[in-house]
Amino acid sequence: MIQIVYFARVREAIGVDGEQVEVEAGSSIATLIDRLAQESDRHSAAFQDRSKLRFAVDQKMVGADTLLDNAKELAIFPPVTGG
Amino acid sequence: MIDVRIQAERFDSAALLAALEADGVGAIASFTGLVRSDVGVTAIELEHYPAMTQASLQALATEAQSRWNLPGAIIVHRVGKMMVGEPIVFVAAASPHRAEALAACAFLIDRLKTDAPFWKKEYRGESAAWVEAKASDNARAANWD
Repeated sequence: MIQIVYFARVREAIGVDGEQVEVEAGSSIATLIDRLAQESDRHSAAFQDRSKLRFAVDQKMVGADTLLDNAKELAIFPPVTGG
Repeated sequence: MIDVRIQAERFDSAALLAALEADGVGAIASFTGLVRSDVGVTAIELEHYPAMTQASLQALATEAQSRWNLPGAIIVHRVGKMMVGEPIVFVAAASPHRAEALAACAFLIDRLKTDAPFWKKEYRGESAAWVEAKASDNARAANWD
């Protein structure tokens, strides 16, 4: 199991702050996103433009090809706009 | 001295600067970002990733100290709702000489824009819209790679 947390536009599109999901061994962030997008319309809408998604695994920014083995928390969010 | 804060309350930039002056450095450069009165904007709201924000700002300050002679650095970023004209972010760099203070200050705010997990929503009266990331911000941050 992995804890997913969502922020900003992604959080609003999915409608929850986060959720726990099963992750198959060897899954990358990209493969998990593909699976979630097939499971619900909300996820599909939130993940529609993959170029606008950014990720952090255990609070470190990473790319979509990162494997989720041993990851505790995956954050999915739009490009940051602070400052 | 590195001082990193994430807070909802307004900050007092004069008091923050005074803390750096006490270190006996030769130069301090600072940047304050305010809520801009873009067409129709009445307020903004800042969301962040609490488990990650403090560490990401701390990492930026530490990287700045590895690049420049920087006895003091301050980063304060507010979260929550703010009205037009209110301060959002404060960055200051204290160094023996101005060139290093100015460069470190620019580095801190440029990289904060692309590396720290904050998201800005603009309110125009009752309607709200997430701010899109700017390619120009990525280009400025990439100058420090």
